[in-house]
Amino acid sequence: MTTFDAAGAASAAPAGEERLSRARLIRRRFLRNRLALFGIAVIATMFFVAFVSPLFAPWNYYENDFTALLQGPSASHWFGTTQIGVDVFAQTMRGLQKSLIIGMLVAVFSTGLSALVGAFAGYVQGRADRVVMWVVDLLLVLPSFLVLVLLSRFYQTKNWLFLVFGLTVLDWMITARVVRGIAMSLRERDFVRAARYMGVPTSTIIVRHLLPNMASILIIAATLNVAGAILAETGLSYLGFGVQAPDVSLGTLIAEGTASALTYPWLFVFAGGILILTVLAFSFIGDGVRDAFDPGSARGGGRVE
Amino acid sequence: MGGYVLKRFLNAILLIFIASTVGYFLASATLSPRGNFENLNPPIPKETIDAILNTANANDEVPVTTRYVTWLGGVLRGDLGRDLDGGEVSSEFSRRVWVSMRLLVLGSLLGTSIGVLTGVVSAVRQYRPFDRGFSIFAYVLLSTPVFLLAILLKYGAITFNDAIGTQLLRTQGEYDARVALAGWSLVASRLQHLILPTLSIALGSMAFYSRYQRNSMLDVLGSDHLRTARAKGLTRRQALFRHGLRVAISPMATFFAYSFGLLVAGAAFTETIYGWYGMGQWFVASIGKNEINSVVLIVSFTAVLVLISGFIADVTLAILDPRVRRA
Repeated sequence: MTTFDAAGAASAAPAGEERLSRARLIRRRFLRNRLALFGIAVIATMFFVAFVSPLFAPWNYYENDFTALLQGPSASHWFGTTQIGVDVFAQTMRGLQKSLIIGMLVAVFSTGLSALVGAFAGYVQGRADRVVMWVVDLLLVLPSFLVLVLLSRFYQTKNWLFLVFGLTVLDWMITARVVRGIAMSLRERDFVRAARYMGVPTSTIIVRHLLPNMASILIIAATLNVAGAILAETGLSYLGFGVQAPDVSLGTLIAEGTASALTYPWLFVFAGGILILTVLAFSFIGDGVRDAFDPGSARGGGRVE
Repeated sequence: MGGYVLKRFLNAILLIFIASTVGYFLASATLSPRGNFENLNPPIPKETIDAILNTANANDEVPVTTRYVTWLGGVLRGDLGRDLDGGEVSSEFSRRVWVSMRLLVLGSLLGTSIGVLTGVVSAVRQYRPFDRGFSIFAYVLLSTPVFLLAILLKYGAITFNDAIGTQLLRTQGEYDARVALAGWSLVASRLQHLILPTLSIALGSMAFYSRYQRNSMLDVLGSDHLRTARAKGLTRRQALFRHGLRVAISPMATFFAYSFGLLVAGAAFTETIYGWYGMGQWFVASIGKNEINSVVLIVSFTAVLVLISGFIADVTLAILDPRVRRA
């Protein structure tokens, strides 16, 4: 037993060194990607502006300036004002805060959930797989957007964290199915088979061998999930089933601005533009990370000549 | 094979049954039809309210399990219940379902086929001008929520119509209802009204599929079996079409199956914004009017659609991938 441990420790050291250099390699590849850096810059700016600017901005998102009703952008109201004199900049920043937090929380939770469930089902197979997949099918068959709209009657009066919970629970199944498919094919690969015959426990195989080998898919899924979660939240809010007044989200702002989009564009353009830019930046980051992790499929070596 | 199909069919029935049951209890718990009639001026006597609610099987003084059993018994006899105005839910359904299906089928067919095609071309011509240009276009589309896209298309079309001086692209309704139309002019009018909503649905899913197809195709392009195909003497084009495409397209089948639910949600926005009286608009309106029977029907119908698209996806996958067929 001692010899085995010693051998394990000896082989672990160079492996650790190799992992570090791989991380450095990935970071360098990522930093070389201009679109991804643009995405990082945009998201960093959005976070900074959304959370810091309300501390200094002259107006609050619930204050009315009765001297400036429905005014265009000006020095004191950067994005103009609404029909009842609320500062659109303050509202937009408040909405952006909500959308950013909800989007990222939902993406992290739902991708994590789908990775674990999907990899487990695909790896163990048999009865457990059938049960898990049956539940997944059931949740997929229930139209999640419609269910969220129905559930909104519950969380409308409560904390927005219920909205995060609802979006997470109804948004992990598709990725889980994809992950399961990949796990099923990885399961038969030699390195996984070797680990299994060496007696490595299932949970270790899943975490150490399966998940890293599908990292690119998980990362793409996670970024698209940030985008998807932001889109779902703003969509619910647009119809009036998400974030509730007096609080605002980018969705509610767009809904309110739509009616007068041609005559008073500032009510609508800033919220819409910031929403598109934010989601776009998350997509750029996702693809940058993917290319950094998996250069073989995306760069040079990818071409058949 | 027959046994497999039968088993699958029974499972689908079971899933629909559970989905509609969950939908029924969820809708009964969250919607309160009695609220529609209370606190009105002049007030409605309680007996009248009870009578109205009883016709719709939505009286909250009757236990929800009893109402569920009544509802289920009706469904088994082919009676889907009544709404609070006393109309048959099924007649409203048959009026609306084709409005939505026209939008969904056309939108998803266009979106999927163009998306897959552009994705493949993008991957094969990676980093060439087409790939770069189309990637940016697809990224921006993917980042635009369907309601924002629909609004932008609508206002873009209004500006466009004003510029050319005629109402070429219609932005409201399914056809021109102000004048009596027949024959070709009716078809033309419907087409004019169809373009923008279909685009709103199709553009988003086109962008979605082209991104995934590009990624999946790139993975295949780097694979060993394609190099082997080249090594045994196939041309690049032959290798791509015979060995690359088949492998790269099969993941899309899975995405297709389960993005259909998303499409239905997208239809809710599109129909609301363009004034189409379809299923999605019906759902939003029914929630506002506390129509339990209508909501349950829409939830169940969407479940059926998702199952059908899942079946189509599995058949496609079996055709494309012999390993799946054997399993």
